[in-house]
Amino acid sequence: MSSFFSKWSWKMAWRDARSNKKRLFVYISAIIIGVAAQVAITSFRDSLNNTIDNQSKELLGADLEIETEQPPPDTLTAYFDTLGGEQSTITEFPSMVLFPKSGSTRLANVRALKGNFPFYGSLETIPKEAARTFKTDTTALVDQALMTQFNIEVGDSIKVGKVTFAIGGGITKVPGEAAAASMVGPRVFIPASMLEATDLIQRGSRVEYKQYFGFADERDMNAIETRVDSLQDALGIDIDTETVEERREEIGEAVANLGKFLNLVGFIALLLGGIGVASSIHVYINQKISTASVLRCFGASSNQTMSIFLIQSIVLGFLGALAGTVIGVGVQYLLPGLVSDFLPVNVELTTSWLAIGLGLFTGTGVALAFALLPLLALRKASPLYALRTMEGSITALLSNKTKAIIYVAVALVVMGYATLLTSDWVIGGLFTAGMIVAFGLLWLVAKLLIKLIRRFFPSHWSYVWRQGLANLYRPHNQTTTLMLSLGLGMLLVSTLYFSQDMLMEELDFATRDDAPNLIFFDIQPDQNEGLNQLLKENNVPILQNVPMVTMRLDSLRGRSTQAIDDDSTNNVHDWALRREYRSTYRDSLIDSETLLKGEWIGQAPDTGRVPVSAAKEISEDLNLAIGDSLTFDVQGVPVEAIVGSIREVDFQRVQPNFFMLFPTGVLEPAPQIYVTVSRAPNQEISASVQQAVVQKYPNVSAIDVSRILETINQFIDKISFAVQFMALFSIITGLIVLASSVATSRFQRIKESVLLRTIGASKKQIIQILSVEYLFLGILSALTGLILSVGATWLLGYFYFDITFTPNLWVIILGTLIVTGLTILIGMFNSRSVYKKTPLEVLRLEAT
Amino acid sequence: MALNPILEVTNLTQQFRSGDKKLTVLDHVDFSVEEGTTCSIVGPSGSGKTTLLGLCAGLDRPTTGEVTLNDVTLGPLSEDQRAEVRNKHVGFVFQTFQLVPTLTALENVMVPLELRGVKTSEVQRDAEELLTQVGLADRMSHYPAQLSGGEQQRVAIARAFINKPKILFADEPTGNLDSETGATIEKLLFDLNKARGTTLVLVTHDLSLAEQCQRIIRLKNGQIHKDEWIDTSTAEQV
Repeated sequence: MSSFFSKWSWKMAWRDARSNKKRLFVYISAIIIGVAAQVAITSFRDSLNNTIDNQSKELLGADLEIETEQPPPDTLTAYFDTLGGEQSTITEFPSMVLFPKSGSTRLANVRALKGNFPFYGSLETIPKEAARTFKTDTTALVDQALMTQFNIEVGDSIKVGKVTFAIGGGITKVPGEAAAASMVGPRVFIPASMLEATDLIQRGSRVEYKQYFGFADERDMNAIETRVDSLQDALGIDIDTETVEERREEIGEAVANLGKFLNLVGFIALLLGGIGVASSIHVYINQKISTASVLRCFGASSNQTMSIFLIQSIVLGFLGALAGTVIGVGVQYLLPGLVSDFLPVNVELTTSWLAIGLGLFTGTGVALAFALLPLLALRKASPLYALRTMEGSITALLSNKTKAIIYVAVALVVMGYATLLTSDWVIGGLFTAGMIVAFGLLWLVAKLLIKLIRRFFPSHWSYVWRQGLANLYRPHNQTTTLMLSLGLGMLLVSTLYFSQDMLMEELDFATRDDAPNLIFFDIQPDQNEGLNQLLKENNVPILQNVPMVTMRLDSLRGRSTQAIDDDSTNNVHDWALRREYRSTYRDSLIDSETLLKGEWIGQAPDTGRVPVSAAKEISEDLNLAIGDSLTFDVQGVPVEAIVGSIREVDFQRVQPNFFMLFPTGVLEPAPQIYVTVSRAPNQEISASVQQAVVQKYPNVSAIDVSRILETINQFIDKISFAVQFMALFSIITGLIVLASSVATSRFQRIKESVLLRTIGASKKQIIQILSVEYLFLGILSALTGLILSVGATWLLGYFYFDITFTPNLWVIILGTLIVTGLTILIGMFNSRSVYKKTPLEVLRLEAT
Repeated sequence: MALNPILEVTNLTQQFRSGDKKLTVLDHVDFSVEEGTTCSIVGPSGSGKTTLLGLCAGLDRPTTGEVTLNDVTLGPLSEDQRAEVRNKHVGFVFQTFQLVPTLTALENVMVPLELRGVKTSEVQRDAEELLTQVGLADRMSHYPAQLSGGEQQRVAIARAFINKPKILFADEPTGNLDSETGATIEKLLFDLNKARGTTLVLVTHDLSLAEQCQRIIRLKNGQIHKDEWIDTSTAEQV
């Protein structure tokens, strides 16, 4: 340790570094981008957390929210009155809206507002005062994104149910909601006083009643929640409460998850940089063996000699980390643009000292950890090498045991840091294991490809091609390093791309000729026939028309759901016990259903329990077996049932699918609504049919599948752009590692090229040999990454998404071409001194 | 008056493993070198000259046998302790000069004393003086790549003498130079050696260079084939 702090070591480190500036810059450049990614993400995460803490009340817009799915019963409203404070009500439901100006329709999220919500933060509109005046002016507020999409302006009208409102303003921000929310359900605010006139709330409508409270004094939220829970049990309805603290935790958790994920993607870039460091320092130290040996001859201890290069590694690692930190702080300002649509707050960006400290520490640490192997090996370099040249790699001086210890130490450092980033050692461990597997596979594929080249070496090729190809496996080659770094970058980016492609391909059902693309729901029984007739008139076929009855599970196997829920030893899922079931009835199974167990009975017997068919998924969540008894509460009427069969349902089909299927002869008298599935031949007909339905049946909603697809596409596009932006850091690092590997191995290449030129090779031949080498390096790296990414995507598809993945050959070809092109370009640019200067000039220059 | 031995080599054997076979490079070598004398070790390629030099300077450990340098037995010492011995008592001149390419001529010469922790101003003064003596007063701030082979070897000689070594080991000091430059370097080496009273152990296959020493040890197949004194007056003293 004392050698590290000795004046001589620092003096020698400086003297040695001053004429190696270029080479050492190459050494640090690989970690700059990785550190930049880390600092940018951590800084942004910090700013976001601060913002959420500072604006926690604005996230809910109130101190408390109490939500029910039916109009609050009198007992509950009486309790609201006892709570006092300022109160506001929002009745929220999906409904079709129509813009008379263009005749276009859209499924929207309608909110009827009473009172002065939000109490914290503000409902932001253009013009600003519209948020305040729309309740008195009886105008509507419409999502600004929707207005832009349909070319609607303030003053134009919107028809919601039976009422046509003038548009008072465009909504730009709702407290606690991300802009992306408008993609899923564009928001339309109307005054609560007009709700009844719209005539949209009918039997079977899915409505949320939200009561907001603003308290001037401190309240015991736990006591309120306990009271609400007891009311829930007494009233037998679902009542959800949400406090500021809960909302803050919920959003904080989502932000933390996003941050963790992006941080890990950024960390991969840093690890790649680490490989770059390891590779450059390895070559660098190999070239320093004779210097170290001479110093040892003149009396320097092994620690003193190592200290010179250890100091260089640490100082350079620190400088690289510093440069990366500066870039990262700058990049932080780009991140809000990438993810702002998904954030419920406007982030106040601040400089995070934690991120800066972490960046400096990690950058230096990674540089040091990855330089450890050659540095420790240098300690073992004998002074005898001053007399005899050492052959082979310096790391061969270390025993396998020492190497294994270093590898394990590096893996532990990686795991420690990943755990620090994610605050979860399981994720940290899985990440490290994943990286080891990825590196291991890349290494194996790289070695296999090299072996195959040697095994099937094309000896009949011309000299230039043979020489270029042979460079890949000759001593001092950088093949494995490059294939690891470029391959991993490629693996990341293409797996992201392939997964997105695979999902979109699977979701692209609307374009299939026979697939439904238009679904109408909330059809009242007296509207069903008329609506079907209207569709037929518009030449839109009815593919399915099913009744839907809402019900809840009251008891299971003779025990009430409440008792099961209260029993901590139960093995059923809460959500399956408490959810509202939307069931249908018919006399036969359809082609998306397959019987797994029991017997399907299509007609209910006159007496006894009703034999129902449960979908496999719900039977697992409720732990159902054939013959289990169930009691459903069908809107106040108990229906005694028995599990008659369990069936597999293809939930991916675009049609109403049901967890519980009833036979005919039971539910017909129950209050019900209808769902109609159809297929419009084109967008024009789809739009005109929707328009006609909204005009005649304002309460009926339509799901335009192609629009949903468009939304999903936009969503995935935005998310994948953010992820790809982070993966880009890996690609850039991969290219820097390529540049640095080329630079560090240049001396070797120069010696060979000079020798070749001396014995008569032309400049053109040298260029050709180098081009062939980089051509193969590029192709092999790209293919290695791509082969593994096809495997990774296939596994993802098979195990996670249940989709069979077929790789797009064009993407593979294009990816290979791009990476190969870049490899040749960077390789040739960095090797220009090899072929531009005279042999003597080069040798003199490189010897310094 | 009898001269004290500064280097004592006792029963020195060095073996290397080459695959399954043992290769004996030095086989029970015994000799000693007295303080202030000059001794050359000659022999054909592969006779073990460089291996012997490395062992004598404590750059490697022998398979068996012992080396005592300036009354210090090297065997029990660690690598770092041997380095300390070298720093205090030993100077080196190599065939391939072995200057640190990233240091200037002056800095190269300063290294051994700087390692010892001597004040920079003193080290610099001594190094400048030595470089002037070897005729490189105007080349002090040049890097090795900017110097000719002869100039590089002069820097190496200056470096070898900076720590006032008791013994100087030279491995083919003129092997990489043309005959004219070689002759200049030889003269410089012997003149400085004489002026400073240093013991010189020189490895070469150049007989004319070897004959400039007082004593020649001939190695053959790892053993001392012949040990002869050219300067008989010194031999008598021994």
